[in-house]
Amino acid sequence: MTHSTALIHYTLHLADDGLILGHRNSEWTGHGPILEQDIALSNIALDLIGQARNFYQYAAELINIGGLSGPSNISNPAMGPGLSDGPRSPVTEDQLAYLRDGWDFKNCLLVEQGNGDWAKTILRQFLFSAYQTTLYEKLAQSRDKTLAAIAAKSYKEGVYHLRWSSEWVIRLGDGTEESHTRMNNALDELWKFTGELHTAATYELETAAKAISPDLSTLQPLWKEKVKEVFDEAGITYPPSVWMQTGGKEGRHTEHLGYVLAEMQFLQRAYPGCEW
Amino acid sequence: MAENQWPLWEVFIRSKQGLDHKHAGSLHAADAQMAIENARDVYTRRMEGVSIWVVESKYVHASSPDDATSFYEPANDKVYRHPTFYDLPDELKHM
Repeated sequence: MTHSTALIHYTLHLADDGLILGHRNSEWTGHGPILEQDIALSNIALDLIGQARNFYQYAAELINIGGLSGPSNISNPAMGPGLSDGPRSPVTEDQLAYLRDGWDFKNCLLVEQGNGDWAKTILRQFLFSAYQTTLYEKLAQSRDKTLAAIAAKSYKEGVYHLRWSSEWVIRLGDGTEESHTRMNNALDELWKFTGELHTAATYELETAAKAISPDLSTLQPLWKEKVKEVFDEAGITYPPSVWMQTGGKEGRHTEHLGYVLAEMQFLQRAYPGCEW
Repeated sequence: MAENQWPLWEVFIRSKQGLDHKHAGSLHAADAQMAIENARDVYTRRMEGVSIWVVESKYVHASSPDDATSFYEPANDKVYRHPTFYDLPDELKHM
Protein backbone atom coordinates (compact mmCIF):
# COMPACT_ATOMS: atom_id res chain seq x y z
CA MET A 1 0.00 0.00 0.00
CA THR A 2 1.59 3.23 -1.07
CA HIS A 3 1.60 6.35 1.01
CA SER A 4 -1.14 8.04 -0.98
CA THR A 5 -3.39 4.98 -1.00
CA ALA A 6 -3.26 4.80 2.79
CA LEU A 7 -3.99 8.50 2.97
CA ILE A 8 -6.96 8.12 0.63
CA HIS A 9 -8.32 5.23 2.68
CA TYR A 10 -7.85 7.14 5.90
CA THR A 11 -9.56 10.24 4.51
CA LEU A 12 -12.46 8.12 3.27
CA HIS A 13 -12.68 6.49 6.69
CA LEU A 14 -13.05 9.90 8.35
CA ALA A 15 -15.59 10.96 5.75
CA ASP A 16 -17.63 7.76 6.06
CA ASP A 17 -17.84 8.08 9.86
CA GLY A 18 -19.33 11.55 9.46
CA LEU A 19 -21.68 10.69 6.62
CA ILE A 20 -23.15 7.55 8.16
CA LEU A 21 -23.63 9.00 11.64
CA GLY A 22 -24.95 12.21 10.10
CA HIS A 23 -27.42 10.20 8.05
CA ARG A 24 -28.49 8.15 11.06
CA ASN A 25 -29.11 11.32 13.07
CA SER A 26 -30.98 12.88 10.17
CA GLU A 27 -33.46 10.00 10.35
CA TRP A 28 -34.74 11.73 13.50
CA THR A 29 -35.54 14.94 11.65
CA GLY A 30 -39.26 15.49 12.03
CA HIS A 31 -39.47 12.68 14.61
CA GLY A 32 -37.59 14.18 17.56
CA PRO A 33 -39.17 13.93 21.01
CA ILE A 34 -39.65 17.69 21.12
CA LEU A 35 -39.16 20.42 18.53
CA GLU A 36 -36.06 21.90 20.16
CA GLN A 37 -34.28 18.54 20.41
CA ASP A 38 -35.34 17.66 16.89
CA ILE A 39 -33.50 20.78 15.72
CA ALA A 40 -30.52 20.08 17.98
CA LEU A 41 -30.01 16.62 16.55
CA SER A 42 -30.61 17.83 13.00
CA ASN A 43 -27.93 20.48 13.53
CA ILE A 44 -25.52 17.78 14.65
CA ALA A 45 -26.43 15.72 11.59
CA LEU A 46 -25.64 18.70 9.37
CA ASP A 47 -22.35 19.33 11.16
CA LEU A 48 -21.30 15.73 10.59
CA ILE A 49 -22.34 15.70 6.95
CA GLY A 50 -20.50 19.00 6.48
CA GLN A 51 -17.35 17.42 7.92
CA ALA A 52 -17.84 14.41 5.67
CA ARG A 53 -18.08 16.69 2.62
CA ASN A 54 -14.74 18.29 3.45
CA PHE A 55 -13.10 14.88 3.75
CA TYR A 56 -14.76 13.53 0.58
CA GLN A 57 -13.65 16.57 -1.39
CA TYR A 58 -10.10 16.00 -0.22
CA ALA A 59 -10.29 12.27 -0.94
CA ALA A 60 -11.58 13.00 -4.44
CA GLU A 61 -8.72 15.43 -4.97
CA LEU A 62 -6.19 12.82 -3.86
CA ILE A 63 -7.75 10.15 -6.05
CA ASN A 64 -7.77 12.43 -9.07
CA ILE A 65 -4.16 13.48 -8.54
CA GLY A 66 -3.12 9.90 -8.04
CA GLY A 67 -4.84 8.89 -11.27
CA LEU A 68 -6.64 6.03 -9.58
CA SER A 69 -9.95 6.69 -11.29
CA GLY A 70 -11.27 5.13 -14.45
CA PRO A 71 -12.22 1.67 -15.64
CA SER A 72 -8.77 0.17 -15.20
CA ASN A 73 -9.13 0.59 -11.45
CA ILE A 74 -12.60 -0.80 -11.11
CA SER A 75 -11.60 -3.06 -8.27
CA ASN A 76 -9.73 -0.43 -6.31
CA PRO A 77 -11.22 -0.75 -2.82
CA ALA A 78 -11.05 2.98 -2.30
CA MET A 79 -13.36 3.52 -5.21
CA GLY A 80 -15.79 0.74 -5.79
CA PRO A 81 -17.21 -0.39 -9.11
CA GLY A 82 -19.79 2.38 -9.39
CA LEU A 83 -17.20 4.99 -10.20
CA SER A 84 -16.20 3.78 -13.64
CA ASP A 85 -18.58 5.91 -15.64
CA GLY A 86 -16.10 6.96 -18.29
CA PRO A 87 -12.48 6.94 -19.18
CA ARG A 88 -10.58 8.75 -16.44
CA SER A 89 -13.43 11.02 -15.54
CA PRO A 90 -12.58 12.85 -12.33
CA VAL A 91 -14.07 11.45 -9.15
CA THR A 92 -16.38 13.76 -7.19
CA GLU A 93 -17.42 13.93 -3.55
CA ASP A 94 -20.94 12.88 -4.55
CA GLN A 95 -19.71 9.75 -6.26
CA LEU A 96 -17.74 8.78 -3.19
CA ALA A 97 -20.80 9.23 -1.00
CA TYR A 98 -23.49 7.83 -3.27
CA LEU A 99 -21.89 5.30 -5.59
CA ARG A 100 -19.70 3.14 -3.40
CA ASP A 101 -20.98 -0.14 -2.00
CA GLY A 102 -21.01 -1.37 1.57
CA TRP A 103 -17.64 -3.11 1.41
CA ASP A 104 -16.03 0.16 0.21
CA PHE A 105 -17.29 2.06 3.24
CA LYS A 106 -14.75 2.41 6.03
CA ASN A 107 -16.88 3.82 8.82
CA CYS A 108 -16.67 2.20 12.22
CA LEU A 109 -19.47 -0.15 13.18
CA LEU A 110 -20.73 2.08 15.98
CA VAL A 111 -22.05 4.82 13.70
CA GLU A 112 -24.10 2.52 11.46
CA GLN A 113 -26.09 0.95 14.33
CA GLY A 114 -29.81 1.65 14.24
CA ASN A 115 -31.26 4.62 16.07
CA GLY A 116 -33.32 2.54 18.49
CA ASP A 117 -34.86 4.79 21.11
CA TRP A 118 -33.67 8.25 22.11
CA ALA A 119 -31.31 6.74 24.71
CA LYS A 120 -29.53 4.63 22.12
CA THR A 121 -29.20 7.53 19.69
CA ILE A 122 -27.83 9.75 22.45
CA LEU A 123 -25.39 7.16 23.73
CA ARG A 124 -24.13 6.39 20.22
CA GLN A 125 -23.48 10.10 19.70
CA PHE A 126 -21.81 10.43 23.09
CA LEU A 127 -19.47 7.45 22.65
CA PHE A 128 -18.57 8.65 19.18
CA SER A 129 -18.13 12.33 20.07
CA ALA A 130 -15.89 11.43 22.98
CA TYR A 131 -13.72 9.59 20.45
CA GLN A 132 -13.99 12.17 17.70
CA THR A 133 -13.02 15.15 19.83
CA THR A 134 -9.88 13.44 21.14
CA LEU A 135 -9.06 12.37 17.59
CA TYR A 136 -9.60 15.80 16.02
CA GLU A 137 -7.64 17.51 18.75
CA LYS A 138 -4.61 15.44 17.77
CA LEU A 139 -5.38 15.35 14.05
CA ALA A 140 -5.26 19.15 14.05
CA GLN A 141 -1.50 18.70 14.40
CA SER A 142 -1.31 16.31 11.45
CA ARG A 143 1.57 16.60 9.01
CA ASP A 144 -1.12 16.63 6.35
CA LYS A 145 -2.17 20.28 6.29
CA THR A 146 -5.60 19.67 4.77
CA LEU A 147 -6.59 17.03 7.31
CA ALA A 148 -5.22 19.27 10.08
CA ALA A 149 -7.34 22.19 8.89
CA ILE A 150 -10.54 20.14 8.60
CA ALA A 151 -9.91 18.62 12.04
CA ALA A 152 -9.32 22.01 13.66
CA LYS A 153 -12.55 23.37 12.22
CA SER A 154 -14.57 20.25 13.05
CA TYR A 155 -13.19 20.00 16.56
CA LYS A 156 -15.28 22.99 17.68
CA GLU A 157 -18.42 21.30 16.42
CA GLY A 158 -17.45 18.05 18.10
CA VAL A 159 -17.00 19.73 21.46
CA TYR A 160 -20.58 20.90 21.32
CA HIS A 161 -21.83 17.47 20.25
CA LEU A 162 -20.01 15.96 23.20
CA ARG A 163 -21.41 18.49 25.62
CA TRP A 164 -24.94 18.06 24.34
CA SER A 165 -24.84 14.26 24.35
CA SER A 166 -23.04 14.11 27.72
CA GLU A 167 -25.82 16.06 29.36
CA TRP A 168 -28.42 13.75 27.87
CA VAL A 169 -26.56 10.66 29.06
CA ILE A 170 -26.50 12.15 32.56
CA ARG A 171 -30.12 13.27 32.35
CA LEU A 172 -31.35 9.82 31.32
CA GLY A 173 -28.89 7.78 33.38
CA ASP A 174 -29.66 9.77 36.49
CA GLY A 175 -33.33 10.32 35.65
CA THR A 176 -36.24 7.99 36.23
CA GLU A 177 -36.11 4.24 36.62
CA GLU A 178 -37.26 3.86 33.04
CA SER A 179 -34.74 6.29 31.56
CA HIS A 180 -31.94 4.62 33.53
CA THR A 181 -32.99 1.20 32.25
CA ARG A 182 -33.13 2.47 28.69
CA MET A 183 -29.65 3.95 28.96
CA ASN A 184 -28.31 0.65 30.29
CA ASN A 185 -30.03 -1.27 27.50
CA ALA A 186 -28.43 1.07 24.98
CA LEU A 187 -25.07 0.47 26.60
CA ASP A 188 -25.54 -3.30 26.29
CA GLU A 189 -26.26 -2.93 22.59
CA LEU A 190 -23.49 -0.48 21.71
CA TRP A 191 -20.56 -1.23 23.98
CA LYS A 192 -19.17 -4.07 21.86
CA PHE A 193 -18.65 -1.63 18.99
CA THR A 194 -16.49 0.81 20.97
CA GLY A 195 -13.32 -1.28 20.86
CA GLU A 196 -13.01 -0.65 17.14
CA LEU A 197 -12.67 3.09 17.69
CA HIS A 198 -9.17 2.58 19.03
CA THR A 199 -8.16 -0.45 16.98
CA ALA A 200 -6.10 0.73 14.04
CA ALA A 201 -6.96 -0.47 10.54
CA THR A 202 -4.08 -1.27 8.18
CA TYR A 203 -4.17 2.17 6.60
CA GLU A 204 -4.24 3.85 10.02
CA LEU A 205 -1.02 2.10 11.01
CA GLU A 206 0.57 3.61 7.90
CA THR A 207 -0.81 7.10 8.37
CA ALA A 208 0.16 7.03 12.04
CA ALA A 209 3.69 5.96 11.16
CA LYS A 210 3.91 9.00 8.88
CA ALA A 211 2.53 11.34 11.57
CA ILE A 212 -0.54 11.99 9.42
CA SER A 213 -2.87 10.54 12.05
CA PRO A 214 -2.45 10.06 15.80
CA ASP A 215 -1.63 6.71 17.32
CA LEU A 216 -5.07 5.42 18.32
CA SER A 217 -3.76 3.57 21.36
CA THR A 218 -2.74 6.92 22.88
CA LEU A 219 -6.30 8.21 22.45
CA GLN A 220 -7.94 5.31 24.26
CA PRO A 221 -7.07 6.41 27.85
CA LEU A 222 -8.33 9.94 27.08
CA TRP A 223 -11.57 8.52 25.73
CA LYS A 224 -12.02 6.25 28.73
CA GLU A 225 -11.48 9.17 31.10
CA LYS A 226 -14.15 11.28 29.38
CA VAL A 227 -16.65 8.44 29.17
CA LYS A 228 -16.07 7.33 32.73
CA GLU A 229 -16.52 10.84 34.08
CA VAL A 230 -19.94 11.17 32.46
CA PHE A 231 -20.98 7.61 33.36
CA ASP A 232 -20.09 8.27 37.01
CA GLU A 233 -22.30 11.32 37.06
CA ALA A 234 -25.05 9.45 35.25
CA GLY A 235 -24.94 6.55 37.70
CA ILE A 236 -23.96 4.12 34.95
CA THR A 237 -21.33 1.45 35.53
CA TYR A 238 -18.38 1.58 33.16
CA PRO A 239 -18.51 -1.90 31.60
CA PRO A 240 -15.72 -4.39 32.21
CA SER A 241 -13.59 -5.58 29.31
CA VAL A 242 -15.61 -7.66 26.90
CA TRP A 243 -15.10 -9.08 23.43
CA MET A 244 -15.20 -6.29 20.88
CA GLN A 245 -16.49 -6.54 17.34
CA THR A 246 -14.35 -4.89 14.68
CA GLY A 247 -14.15 -4.82 10.90
CA GLY A 248 -16.12 -1.76 9.79
CA LYS A 249 -13.03 0.28 9.09
CA GLU A 250 -11.85 -2.49 6.76
CA GLY A 251 -15.21 -2.74 5.00
CA ARG A 252 -16.73 -5.65 6.97
CA HIS A 253 -19.96 -4.21 8.26
CA THR A 254 -22.97 -5.23 10.30
CA GLU A 255 -26.22 -5.83 8.46
CA HIS A 256 -27.36 -2.29 9.27
CA LEU A 257 -25.14 -0.42 6.82
CA GLY A 258 -26.84 -1.92 3.77
CA TYR A 259 -30.18 -0.42 4.80
CA VAL A 260 -28.62 2.99 5.35
CA LEU A 261 -27.01 2.92 1.91
CA ALA A 262 -30.15 1.62 0.22
CA GLU A 263 -32.09 4.62 1.44
CA MET A 264 -29.31 7.20 1.16
CA GLN A 265 -28.07 6.18 -2.27
CA PHE A 266 -31.37 5.32 -3.92
CA LEU A 267 -31.88 8.64 -5.68
CA GLN A 268 -28.41 8.88 -7.22
CA ARG A 269 -28.50 5.27 -8.29
CA ALA A 270 -31.99 5.45 -9.78
CA TYR A 271 -31.41 8.84 -11.39
CA PRO A 272 -27.66 9.16 -11.92
CA GLY A 273 -26.36 12.71 -11.70
CA CYS A 274 -29.75 14.01 -10.58
CA GLU A 275 -29.64 17.51 -9.09
CA TRP A 276 -32.23 19.76 -7.51
CA MET B 1 -49.96 16.07 27.43
CA ALA B 2 -49.99 19.40 29.24
CA GLU B 3 -48.62 18.04 32.51
CA ASN B 4 -45.78 16.34 30.65
CA GLN B 5 -44.68 19.55 28.94
CA TRP B 6 -41.32 21.00 29.84
CA PRO B 7 -41.53 24.56 31.14
CA LEU B 8 -41.51 27.48 28.75
CA TRP B 9 -38.47 29.78 28.57
CA GLU B 10 -38.02 33.22 27.05
CA VAL B 11 -34.86 33.65 25.01
CA PHE B 12 -32.83 36.84 24.66
CA ILE B 13 -30.02 37.07 22.14
CA ARG B 14 -27.24 39.64 21.86
CA SER B 15 -26.45 39.86 18.18
CA LYS B 16 -23.00 41.39 18.65
CA GLN B 17 -20.77 42.91 21.29
CA GLY B 18 -21.91 46.32 22.43
CA LEU B 19 -25.56 45.80 21.57
CA ASP B 20 -28.13 44.73 24.11
CA HIS B 21 -29.94 41.43 24.38
CA LYS B 22 -33.16 41.32 22.38
CA HIS B 23 -36.10 39.02 22.88
CA ALA B 24 -35.80 36.33 20.21
CA GLY B 25 -38.66 34.00 21.10
CA SER B 26 -39.50 31.20 23.45
CA LEU B 27 -38.94 27.48 23.72
CA HIS B 28 -39.43 24.46 25.96
CA ALA B 29 -36.65 22.97 28.07
CA ALA B 30 -36.31 20.82 31.18
CA ASP B 31 -33.79 23.10 32.90
CA ALA B 32 -31.76 26.27 32.37
CA GLN B 33 -28.80 24.45 30.87
CA MET B 34 -30.99 22.76 28.30
CA ALA B 35 -32.77 26.03 27.62
CA ILE B 36 -29.49 27.74 26.74
CA GLU B 37 -28.50 24.88 24.45
CA ASN B 38 -31.90 24.77 22.84
CA ALA B 39 -31.67 28.50 22.30
CA ARG B 40 -28.27 28.02 20.72
CA ASP B 41 -29.67 25.38 18.39
CA VAL B 42 -32.92 27.11 17.55
CA TYR B 43 -32.00 30.80 17.50
CA THR B 44 -28.28 31.11 16.67
CA ARG B 45 -27.78 28.60 13.87
CA ARG B 46 -27.45 31.38 11.30
CA MET B 47 -24.91 33.36 13.32
CA GLU B 48 -27.53 35.53 14.97
CA GLY B 49 -25.79 35.84 18.31
CA VAL B 50 -22.79 36.03 20.60
CA SER B 51 -24.60 35.77 23.92
CA ILE B 52 -27.78 34.13 25.19
CA TRP B 53 -29.98 34.84 28.18
CA VAL B 54 -32.88 32.60 29.12
CA VAL B 55 -35.48 33.14 31.77
CA GLU B 56 -38.31 30.85 32.66
CA SER B 57 -41.45 32.46 31.33
CA LYS B 58 -43.29 32.18 34.63
CA TYR B 59 -40.87 34.74 36.08
CA VAL B 60 -41.73 37.36 33.50
CA HIS B 61 -44.40 39.70 34.79
CA ALA B 62 -46.23 41.62 32.13
CA SER B 63 -48.40 44.69 32.07
CA SER B 64 -52.02 44.12 31.29
CA PRO B 65 -53.48 45.29 27.99
CA ASP B 66 -56.45 46.59 30.03
CA ASP B 67 -54.16 49.15 31.62
CA ALA B 68 -53.06 50.58 28.28
CA THR B 69 -55.22 53.69 28.54
CA SER B 70 -53.89 54.80 31.90
CA PHE B 71 -50.36 53.52 31.31
CA TYR B 72 -49.42 54.88 27.92
CA GLU B 73 -51.81 57.50 26.72
CA PRO B 74 -50.84 60.14 29.29
CA ALA B 75 -47.42 60.33 27.60
CA ASN B 76 -49.01 61.38 24.31
CA ASP B 77 -48.87 65.13 24.89
CA LYS B 78 -45.58 65.38 26.80
CA VAL B 79 -43.37 66.27 23.87
CA TYR B 80 -40.93 68.03 26.21
CA ARG B 81 -39.82 64.59 27.45
CA HIS B 82 -38.15 63.88 24.13
CA PRO B 83 -34.53 65.05 23.91
CA THR B 84 -35.14 66.41 20.43
CA PHE B 85 -33.85 69.91 21.13
CA TYR B 86 -30.17 68.98 21.12
CA ASP B 87 -27.87 69.22 18.11
CA LEU B 88 -26.10 65.88 17.79
CA PRO B 89 -22.59 65.63 16.33
CA ASP B 90 -22.47 63.65 13.08
CA GLU B 91 -20.05 61.11 14.56
CA LEU B 92 -22.70 59.96 17.02
CA LYS B 93 -24.40 56.82 15.80
CA HIS B 94 -27.15 54.66 17.26
CA MET B 95 -29.00 57.47 19.04
